[in-house]
Order: sequence, then C-alpha cells, then structure tokens
Amino acid sequence: MGNSELNTVGQSVRRKEDYRFLTGCGQYTDDVNPPHHTHAYFLRSPHAHANIRRIDTAKAKAAPGVVAVYTGADLTGVNGLPCGWLITGTDGQPMKEPPHPVLAQGKVRYVGDGFAMVIAETPAQAKDAAELIDVDYDAVPAVVNPVEALKAGAPQIHDGAPGNKCYTWALGDKAAVDAAFAKAAHVTQLDIVNNRLIPNAIEPRAAVASYSRADDGYTLYVTSQNPHVERLLMTAFVLGLPETKVRVIAPDVGGGFGSKIYLYPEETAMVWASKRVNRPIKWTAERSESFLADAHGRDHVTHAELALDPDGKFLAMRVHTTAAMGAYLSTFASCIPTILYATLLAGQYTTPAIYCEVTAAFTNTAPVDAYRGAGRPEATYVVERLVHAAASEMGIAQDEIRRRNFIREFPYQTPVALLYDTGGYDACLDEAMRIADVQGFAARKAEAAKRGKLRGLGYAAYIEACGLAPSNIAGTLGARAGLYEVGQVRVNPTGGVTVFTGSHSHGQGHETTFSQVVASRLGIPIENVEIVHGDTGRIPFGMGTYGSRSLAVGGTAIIKALDKVVAKGKKIAAHLLEAAEADIEFKDGKFTVAGTDRSKAFGEVALAAYVPHNYPLDKLEPGLDETAFYDPTNFTFPAGTHICEVEIDPDTGKVAIVNFSACDDFGNIINPMIVEGQVHGGVVQGIGQALLEQCVYDQESGQLLTGSYMDYALPRADDVPSFKVTTKVTPCTHNPLGAKGCGEAGAIGAPAALMNAVHDALSAAGVTYLDMPATPHRVWSALQAAKH
Amino acid sequence: MYAFEYQRPKSVADAVAALAKSGGKALAGGQSLVGAMKLRLANPGTIVDLSGIAELRGIKKEGDAIVIGALTTHAEVASSSVVKQSIPALAAVAEGIGDRQVRNRGTLGGSIANNDPAADYPAAVLALGATVHTNKRKIIADDFFKGMYETALAADEIITAVSFPVPKKAAYMKFPQPASRFALVGVFVAQTGGGTRVAVTGAAPHVHRASTIEAALSKSFTADAAKAVKIPADHLNNDIHGSAAYRAHLVSVMASRAVAAAG
Ligand SMILES: Cc1cc2nc3c(=O)[nH]c(=O)nc-3n(C[C@H](O)[C@H](O)[C@H](O)COP(=O)(O)OP(=O)(O)OC[C@H]3O[C@@H](n4cnc5c(N)ncnc54)[C@H](O)[C@@H]3O)c2cc1C
Repeated sequence: MGNSELNTVGQSVRRKEDYRFLTGCGQYTDDVNPPHHTHAYFLRSPHAHANIRRIDTAKAKAAPGVVAVYTGADLTGVNGLPCGWLITGTDGQPMKEPPHPVLAQGKVRYVGDGFAMVIAETPAQAKDAAELIDVDYDAVPAVVNPVEALKAGAPQIHDGAPGNKCYTWALGDKAAVDAAFAKAAHVTQLDIVNNRLIPNAIEPRAAVASYSRADDGYTLYVTSQNPHVERLLMTAFVLGLPETKVRVIAPDVGGGFGSKIYLYPEETAMVWASKRVNRPIKWTAERSESFLADAHGRDHVTHAELALDPDGKFLAMRVHTTAAMGAYLSTFASCIPTILYATLLAGQYTTPAIYCEVTAAFTNTAPVDAYRGAGRPEATYVVERLVHAAASEMGIAQDEIRRRNFIREFPYQTPVALLYDTGGYDACLDEAMRIADVQGFAARKAEAAKRGKLRGLGYAAYIEACGLAPSNIAGTLGARAGLYEVGQVRVNPTGGVTVFTGSHSHGQGHETTFSQVVASRLGIPIENVEIVHGDTGRIPFGMGTYGSRSLAVGGTAIIKALDKVVAKGKKIAAHLLEAAEADIEFKDGKFTVAGTDRSKAFGEVALAAYVPHNYPLDKLEPGLDETAFYDPTNFTFPAGTHICEVEIDPDTGKVAIVNFSACDDFGNIINPMIVEGQVHGGVVQGIGQALLEQCVYDQESGQLLTGSYMDYALPRADDVPSFKVTTKVTPCTHNPLGAKGCGEAGAIGAPAALMNAVHDALSAAGVTYLDMPATPHRVWSALQAAKH
Repeated sequence: MYAFEYQRPKSVADAVAALAKSGGKALAGGQSLVGAMKLRLANPGTIVDLSGIAELRGIKKEGDAIVIGALTTHAEVASSSVVKQSIPALAAVAEGIGDRQVRNRGTLGGSIANNDPAADYPAAVLALGATVHTNKRKIIADDFFKGMYETALAADEIITAVSFPVPKKAAYMKFPQPASRFALVGVFVAQTGGGTRVAVTGAAPHVHRASTIEAALSKSFTADAAKAVKIPADHLNNDIHGSAAYRAHLVSVMASRAVAAAG
C-alpha cells in the first residue's frame, strides 16, 4: 500500500465503532454490574407544586430487601446543584439562583421532582418500598407557562426569585433599533411560540456509583457527555470531595442531544450514598422517568419584529423573548436563551441593528436546558420566519429577499457580538435550490391543486455558532468553566497510537473521524489508532461534547498534540540519520533528510524513543507522548440553506413532507458519510419539532400530559422523506482542520424551512399564522378559522 | 411490575377454572396487559396464560363466515390468504395495527376483550356484524362492546373465536393519532347481508355505529353521501390530539374514504 492511500481524510470510512454496536458488544452504563451492587429508586412528586408537611419512611425502611432510604434531610453537608453560567441582568444584578437541592426538601416544584431515594437489593424491591413512603402533601397552585409565571399573582415557586423571574437580559443597541423602526418602509411582526421538547435519547440516563474503603475513593459510571465537567461540579460544588478521589466514567452512551451534559440529582445522591451503604448502587431511568425528569428543551414565547426599507433590505430587528427555565436552573440553562440565542439573530444577513431582550422565568415543570442546537434553532426560527413573512407581505421572492441581505464580506462583525470569519451563503442557496428543483415547483403545485392538495415551499438560510469556544470571551459573558479541549497522543513503542480525547462520543463516530485525522497526519493505517474517551481516570481534564465542538476544538487539540509528536520525532530522526533537525521532513509516515532518499519510518522513530539505545539522551527525553490543550480564538460558523416542500391535505390537515433538500457549509469534511448521517439525524429532530413533538403540561394541574410515546410523538422513519443533502465548503479560517461542525445544523435549519413551507402552502387558503408543531389538528383548525 | 402467580393451562375449561378460582387475568399477546402491569397500573394476582391452548388458534372458512381463533395474532390475520380473499378489509385492519412486533404478539381476542376506545379491531367486529364466541355463549357484536374498556364478558369468561360473515364490500380507513398511531378516528364501512353498517373507533369513549352515515349510505353508497353527513361533536373525545369538532369532521372524511376504497 502506498502511503498516500493512508490519507483517508475526505473519505467515507466505515465507522470503527459500529462492529461493537451492531454485534451487541457495546458497554453501556447499564451493562456495568459490580459485585454486590444494590439498586436505587427515586420517589418523585406526583404534584406540580406542593409543600411537603411530613415524610415517613419507617415502613419503607422495614420493607424486604431495603438497604437504606434517604430524604433531603439526610443529605447534611451536601450543597445544591450549581448553574455553570452566570447571566447578569439589565438591572446589573446577577440572575436569581434559588437552591436546586439534590433531593427536594420541604417543597416539590414539578411533577417528577425527586425527594427520596430508596436503595434495595433489587429494582422491584426498591420500587415496592418507595410505595410505602408516607408523604403528607399540601398541594398549592402551579404555573407551567413562562408568560403566565411572570404575571402578577402567579404562584410563587422560589422564595429567592420574586415574581418567578430569573433575569431580564438584553443584547444590542436599543436606541439604534428604535430609530431604524421609526423610519422603516415596512415592519413585519410575529408572535412565536417555540414548543417545548423532550430529548428522548435511546439510552435512558443511568448511573452506577461505587465507593472503596481501600482508598476512600469513588467510581461513577454515568451517561454523560462530559465526565470531567460532571466530576468537577459534583465534587467541588456539591459534595465537597477532592476531585482526585472521584473517577467518572462515561462509557458507551446511547445518544445525548444535550440532555446528558448536565449534572443531575440522581447520580449525585448515589455517589453520596455509596459510601454510606458501602456498596455499589445502580440506577437506570425508566422511560417514564426520562420524560418527567430529563432536562427539556426550547420553550420560548417571542414577539419579533423586522424593519425593512422599500427594497426589502433589513434595517433592524427587535426581539422580546420569554424563556422557561423550569423549576430549577439546570447546569447551562441560563446561557441557552441568551448567549446562544440572541447572538445568532443576525443570521446570514447584514441587518445593521438588532436588539434582543430575554426574560427567563421559573415554571412548575422539568428544568429546561440545551437540546440539539440549544438557542440556535430558536434564533434561526425567529429570523427565518420573519424573513419569510416579510417577503410574502412585500411580494418579494423568498430567495431574492435573502440574496438582497446576505453578508458577502468576511470577516463580518454582527451587531450581536459575533465575528463571522468566513462563509459563502449564495453558493449554498443556489445549490439547495438546484437540488430542490425550485424551478419545477410551480408545476408540482398546480398538479397537487388538481388533486385538491396544497403545496408549499419553504426556505431556511440558517447560521450557527459552534466550536464553543474562546474561554476568555465565554468568561466575560458569564461562563463559569473553560471551553478549551485537550488531546493526548501516546505513541506506543511499536508505532501504534493511542489518542486520549476530552471530547466524548455518544453517537457521533469520533472513533472513526479522529482516527482518520491521526492516521492521515502520521501516515499510518487507521487500524493502528485507538481513540480513548470518557474516563477521568485516563484522560487529561477535558470539556466534553456539545455545541458541535468535537472536531473543531477536540480535533484541533489532537492536531496540536500530533504537531508536538512530529516535532520530537524530527529530533529523534535527525539523530538516527545523523542530519540536522532543520533538514528533516515528515511526510507519508517517513522522516526524510530533505533532498535525499535517506529516511526513517514513523515506527522506527517510535521504537527508538522507547528503546533509547542510540538516542540523544543528553538533549532529549525518551518516550513519544504529547498532550495539547487548544483554546480556539473564535467560534466556527457553519451555515447553509434548507428547502422543504410540503403537501397538505385540507380535509384532514395532514402535512406530508414530499421533499427536503439541504446544502450545508461545515468547512472541511473528514468523513462525508458521518456528516451526512449527522445531517439526517438533525433534520429528523427538526422535523419532529415542526410537525410532531410537543411537551404538554396541563395548565391547571401541572401534570405532564405527554409522558409516554402514546402521547409524545417522536418522528418515525415513514414521517420523513428521503433527504437530498449536499455540502459546499468555505474552510474555517482559525483552526488547522478548517472544520466548523455539523452535529446540530439539521435541527437548526429544518423547523424554519418546514414551517415556512407550511405557511406557503396555507397562504392561499387565508391562513396567516401557525405555531409548531403543525399537527393535522392544528392545520385543520387554522383552515377552518380562515374560512370564517 | 408487581409480583404475580403464573399459570399456563392446556384447555379452555382449565383456563376458565383457573380464572374463576384465582380472580386473575387471562394473558394473550400481552401487548396491552403487560404494558399496564409494567406501569403498575394493573396488578392481577394471577396470570392465566392462554398460549398453551391450541384450539384458540387458527383461521378457517365456515360457510359464509370466516372464523378466527381468539389467540390468532394480528400478523397471522394480516397474511392469511383466506382472510385476504374473503374479507380483505379485515386483513388490512390487522396489517395497520401497531408495529411488526406488536402484530406478531397481539391477538384478536385480546384486542376486543380489552376494547380500547381507539383500537382498530372493534370497529371491524362491529361493522361486519361479527359474532363473538366464548366458552359459554355467542354474543353478537352489537351486544358485545359496552363502554370504555368494557365488554359483555364476565370475569371468568374467555373468548374462543370470532365469526365474521363475509360482506359484499368493506373497507377500513384509519386516521392515526400521531404519537400512538392508534386511531384518532377509524371508520369501518361494510355492506353486509344485514345492510350497510358503519362503525367508528377513536372518536368517542368507545366504538359505536354511525347511524346517520349508515342511513345516508343505504340510500346512496357513495363517498360524497358519506362526506355530506355532518356528525355532531357532542359526546366525542376532546384531547391534546384533536378536538371533538375535528374528530366529528374526520368521521365523515374517513367514512367517505372507506366507501371509495370499498369500491
Ligand atoms: C406499541 C403498541 C402499538 C399498538 N398499536 C395498536 C393499534 O394501532 N391499533 C390497535 O387496535 N391496537 C394497538 N395496540 C394494541 C394491540 O393490538 C394489543 O395486542 C391488543 O390490544 C391486545 O391484545 P393482546 O393479545 O396483546 O392482549 P393482552 O394484552 O394479553 O390482553 C389484553 C386484555 O384482554 C384480555 N384477554 C386476552 N385474551 C382474552 C381472551 N381470549 N378472552 C378474554 N379475555 C382476553 C386480557 O385478560 C387483558 O385484559 C398496540 C399495542 C402496542 C404495545
């Protein structure tokens, strides 16, 4: 094999991890069964809001198989769960951070709020015993809608957050925006609800916590996207344990979508209790618990306005959003509807002035936090729905209004704090229109009309900020953590390479993509590269995977470590080849004296590093093991255009997606197959939000009405068409891979494209506005209302 | 799931005796019962598993009727050449239930004994004017479905088979609830020896016949005639998946589509 064949970058290499997944050899948290382990069950509130007058655990403690029963009162010395991002309000005050106890005490604040933990020999015994816990509730009125929660007289959820307000925060130049609106030729206004979603990873949350008397240490297996962050928050902020005494392992994880970023109460209580009972404790959420107690996503209510000149040029945008936080602040809840939302409101456009004000409200619901896209789908939805409506109102074609406003000069400083390094928005729009066959749409619409069906076409030209991101910028914006990533490249004596990454794969295929990067850089076969992730006991302190950051930030850290390996390899090779270090070139897996055929293979250099018999020991340490921490200088800005074509049956209101086309710019691509898979998955989740998914709490009782798949509609394969996806490339300018990130784009672009198509289809019937999800019932009802 | 006793009798008589003695529940495919047990919503002290009783299985043609054993799975009905030939609409009903796994486990007897207000089979049984055979009697469909999850069955009574008279024409149209894919509204239309029968599931607290549509179709068996019937929304289900008015509208639409499909 020629060495150039080892360069697989840009090729759809089959996923290395799939053999173990497809043959049932994956090792998930629930597969971990330490000897003598016990099982935990969490007793959760059946009420949305209630004072707990008394809890009697005596009968439960005496029940068969019970090892221990704990309530909040037992957790002395245990702090509440922290929030990782401080938002400072327009009043200059820090956000309200009411306590988020590990087990609720005195009061429960949402249906599913855990307040007691039963530990028993079997899961069934734990559950049986929990039914024997006698609780005296004093149910009080609840409020589940964030707008209602902020109204005078709403039930008060936390003493420390008057009026249920967490913060009011703003970004942008309000005076400039108001001035632009005053002289606008046209103003488009929309009231938008961004529907609350439940994440639904295929693997429910799970944990196995063990304590060892031998070293007074703890081991926690947990379904986490970022084990180091989990450990830091749990030890330093909540349990007061030394980080050195806690090892957190996130083994194979079956999907996260954001919901496994956070430090949750369950695993925290289990680590604490594992020392008390001195036995391992295991817990795997039942699906019903996942619905109730995983952090949910979205849940915004927004009033948005766009000011335009007579030619359809955007002059200004004004956005007021109320965002639900749920009953407690989850780990990154506060930054989602602010830092990851308002900053994206420029979209792909030159809108010169933008002002966004966000009020965050506590509600009697599960906490809300990042869910695939996290703030950016909400922003894209606001921008692209406004653009669609403005174009319709002004009689400008949907592609034309976008072209009139595209940013074309880079770097571009937006009025909402971001600096776009590069992009090519026309190219994506053109290509998306080509594959969507926009030209043939009028004929297809006419044909559908003959069958009594309504066809519509919708565009979303989205942008996202990924590769989170410069720690210093994040720090000034309130981040309480760093956002760099770490990569360690350990070359073994026989030339194989083990890479330790702080990124975490829970479906993204890192083991393949990262191996391709490493093998190609070193000129070695991909089989000789092993990727290790997800274990604080093996990996330097890393930040994990979220916000489509793994390749751009984690991959770059690996590249930096590889640079160090190559640099040291050159020194060793120079010695072996008796040449000057400056004359050594590294290419295709060989260190060569420039201009000669004298070379040493990578493996020979590795062997010399570990068997340093002929080695410059006076100048150089043996070994070939390098670590790099990479903190990016900017976000990356993936962008693209999604075009959706729908056909609506006016008799039933059913929306059928007949075509979905996407042209995305993710920068350079390592593995096209994996990227395409990420787009497919993201688009399906976006379609889910737009067409099917809706978390509903009863407005009065606060009960979760969509607590199972009987009522919460996840998309199935036959709900989506065969996608047409393609890419255009403008490489990211500030990381060596030129990569931007692709994990969330589908979920960001799809909802707006789909809803714009629905509005396009319904406009002829007089329907002007519809919120997500566009269920048959909703569409039909809107059609009826438009008739009257 | 709570702990329970488990029995697997070999005959209907033994099963009935076991049910009478234990006060427990019969288990067929388990697709409704086991789910309820896992959620701790059902707590039968004893489970009497019917799967060992061979005589409860099978599909045969008897004169002008198709007789299907209670324990016959949805998949068996869907793929049966006898059913497909004589009452294709019934095979289509079975094919449209749940997913492959559910169809491979769930049974005809279990479905109608359960009488879920949104289940598909009850509409077929009612519209086709079928007769439910039990260990002690024969119950005509019009007398079998009593209310939400309620039937004419006694606690220790076992469905052994259902006999479906072959109709002249029949078709079922289901508009699925987007999450569960049970019927938000399902309408089974049949031209039978006893006249035109139309049964509606999903729309109301239990399966029922749509007499106004039956009357309209008796005059003119056309899609337009069915669609022209305005169904009153009172007493129909109203939930997060559809208002009563929407369901009322869908009854006419699904009925008209069923008529069109029946040809
Ligand atoms: C994911 C999923 C999707 C589904 N989708 C649909 C759908 O789209 N449409 C639909 O109609 N149904 C649907 N179902 C329900 C399915 O059809 C069930 O199989 C059926 O309702 C019950 O049949 P079973 O054989 O599983 O009965 P079981 O669950 O075993 O029993 C149900 C009840 O019937 C009683 N019973 C069972 N057999 C007899 C008998 N011979 N005599 C007397 N009593 C008896 C039991 O005691 C119990 O009370 C779905 C189920 C699941 C899990």
